[in-house]
Amino acid sequence: MTNSPEATTPDSSPASTATDGAAEFSRLVEPRSESRLALQSGVWHQISPKYVTVQLISTGSFLAVVIAATLVLTLLMHQIWAWIPGGIMTVILGWTLAILPRQARSIGYQLRDDDLVFRRGILWQRFVAVPYGRMQLIDITHGPLDRGFGIAQLKFVTAAAATGVVIPGLAQSTAETLRDHLVEVAESRRTGL
Amino acid sequence: MPESLDPVPEPAGGPLVPPDPAAAPGPGVPQPQLVRSPLSDGEWHRLHPLTPLLRGGLFLIVVIGIVFANLRDRLLYIFLPWLAPGVGDEVVEWEQVGGDPVDFIIANNLYVLAGVAVLAVLIVLVAVFYTSWRFHTFRITDDDVEVRSGILFRTQRRAPLDRVQGVNLTRPMIARLLGMAKLEVVGAGTDANVKLEYLSTANAEAVRADILRLASGRRLAMAAGPAGGPGPRPVGRVASLSQTVGREITGLIEGPEAPVAEVESVVHIPVGRLVASHVLSTSTLGLLFAVVAIVIGVSQGVTWLLLGFVPAIIGFGAYWVRSIVRSLRYSIAPTPDGVRITFGLFTTITEIVPPGRVHAVEVTQGIFWRPAGWWTIRINRLTGRSATDSTTDQFTTVLPVGTASDVDRVLRLLQPSLADEERALILQEGMFGPAEDDTFANTPERAWWIRPLSYRRNGFRLTEDVLLMRRGAVWRKLVILPLARLQSIGLYQGPLDRASRVTNVRAHTVTGPVSPFLAAVDRDTALALFDDVAHGSVRAALTDRTHRWAQDESVAPSTPAPAAASGPEAPAGHGTEPAPTAPSAPVPHPGTVPAPPSSAEPAPASSPAPEDRG
Repeated sequence: MTNSPEATTPDSSPASTATDGAAEFSRLVEPRSESRLALQSGVWHQISPKYVTVQLISTGSFLAVVIAATLVLTLLMHQIWAWIPGGIMTVILGWTLAILPRQARSIGYQLRDDDLVFRRGILWQRFVAVPYGRMQLIDITHGPLDRGFGIAQLKFVTAAAATGVVIPGLAQSTAETLRDHLVEVAESRRTGL
Repeated sequence: MPESLDPVPEPAGGPLVPPDPAAAPGPGVPQPQLVRSPLSDGEWHRLHPLTPLLRGGLFLIVVIGIVFANLRDRLLYIFLPWLAPGVGDEVVEWEQVGGDPVDFIIANNLYVLAGVAVLAVLIVLVAVFYTSWRFHTFRITDDDVEVRSGILFRTQRRAPLDRVQGVNLTRPMIARLLGMAKLEVVGAGTDANVKLEYLSTANAEAVRADILRLASGRRLAMAAGPAGGPGPRPVGRVASLSQTVGREITGLIEGPEAPVAEVESVVHIPVGRLVASHVLSTSTLGLLFAVVAIVIGVSQGVTWLLLGFVPAIIGFGAYWVRSIVRSLRYSIAPTPDGVRITFGLFTTITEIVPPGRVHAVEVTQGIFWRPAGWWTIRINRLTGRSATDSTTDQFTTVLPVGTASDVDRVLRLLQPSLADEERALILQEGMFGPAEDDTFANTPERAWWIRPLSYRRNGFRLTEDVLLMRRGAVWRKLVILPLARLQSIGLYQGPLDRASRVTNVRAHTVTGPVSPFLAAVDRDTALALFDDVAHGSVRAALTDRTHRWAQDESVAPSTPAPAAASGPEAPAGHGTEPAPTAPSAPVPHPGTVPAPPSSAEPAPASSPAPEDRG
């Protein structure tokens, strides 16, 4: 895994920035089957548990609105049909909430010598390897709720739309250090399109 | 009628060209040896003076259409009695029912006012077009192509040359008759193209050659004098225009391209094959299905179905004619600066794609084409257009229909880095496989149910430079991905895949018609592939120099002096005779170009069609 001529940056540089206490999950959730996707080596960095809190709050409040609207429509205004969309949305959102904590623990990234590996998903696993030199830009976004909890989402954009490396729920300082690190590494390995 | 060859005076442009302190010194004037057209000397130039006419053409037609619609009755009234004396009285009656503006003017005796108004509108229009033409300037420097336009809202667009994805020359029917062409520098991005519309054809060819030469990073001394040459022979404008029209009409009939030395196309598509390939397609199957359904429907008494049938037939015919006409006069040929692809009967598009701008290649054969042995090739590349643009298709289908040997020749142009034997093997196995000793890593037997028909064929192979994905038993497909262009690679595994211990592989490239996806790959093989591709693409990208594809060739043999003088660009020669031009630089990958080393460099602007300059 280290056949690059300039294997000088081990995958630890941003790790040192993200060790303030329990700022990250420490255990990766994977499928139980032996046939799951897994890499032989490397350290998986994980995201902040605050991401779960933020998602719980935002999805939970949306769920509350949906339930309230359904109840108002059916009980007060006697619109019986509202049960159907309301029920479907409630089930979907409830399920989303239920799997959220496990799902968040399945998100991880590795900083290898020449590329970034991103993983997410348990039932539907997804692994993506992006060479640093392919970076077109890095996007960091944080909404008001994210800011309140001090987390941010980092998006690694390449020339291919399908790459889709979006790391949510990074501590804000981690996201910024990671961004600077990625930009720096990409600059030294700059390639064409 | 030349583009204004004199540079636009930068500081003294008065109110027209605001002084641009940042750009004033110029970001590097191109070395005079590198450019041949006086238009690419790093100064600001204007486009062809007839540009407003062509660009405003549509608007003009609409206006004329409205005027005619309004005056139709009036014209009838004037001419009908003369043509058919008997109907005069009826026309008068009819005319009095509806009043139109002309009646109003006649009735109130407002001729002078009306004339002044029309004149004022015309003057305003001409003034607007003229100023917008004055404001529309471009320049070509060492590092980029730049265009500024707009009167109130100025836009300035700059395309860096090392990110040029291709340069295409479009010659729409009308512009073609006037000897003009539209030059488009394709950038990397959505709606990222820099357009120079319109230039005279000769200038456009020269400018394109200059842009490609500058973009290639070539730094060798081009022989002979750069631009200019002997002064053009003064010819009256009308005479010049009529000559141009005459020549272009001849050209349209006889079918020469621009007056440059053309390398012979490596593929020729007979018209019969083109038509047959359209007949033998899925859309035909759909049409037959519809016909059967309608016949059954009508026989059951549902006659209104017939009404729906007529538009469908017309639509089909139009689609066929359009796509056949578009593919007529297709040619693909190597040039020192990339692959040149030409197509189109009435609107000719010539595009040069520099090396290393192809992100994915797909060779496809539908079930109906199998008896005939035909294939089609599509590529993913940055066309600089939005995904919804319908013309994108024209720039991504590089071989509309061809035999296996055509495919081989086209692939040789698109992927010159592949060794000959390797490519032959790849094609043999990838297109027709699997054979006895198959080198592809195929879907394991246990996962046959994911691809019940094609699991024996469904596989990949990784070589030094490319990743190959082979799939489809009914619809044979072979995807060729140059590792130097691969953006990233992903593995996707769902619960069912996991049960069979397989996974899906998707390579991520720029958007296009090719989707590099492979289902049901053995899990361990896929993980190995994941690492190998990651390393391979980093390695390939490090050694890739195609953004300045000719930079390493600075020690190329210098061009013999007579080459430029007795250039290949005799306008009457249709450029078929091999000109004694030495290659301006070795073709990036020697041995991949079958043609003699006749350079496809477009002509120096000085020599072709001197009558083009007034």
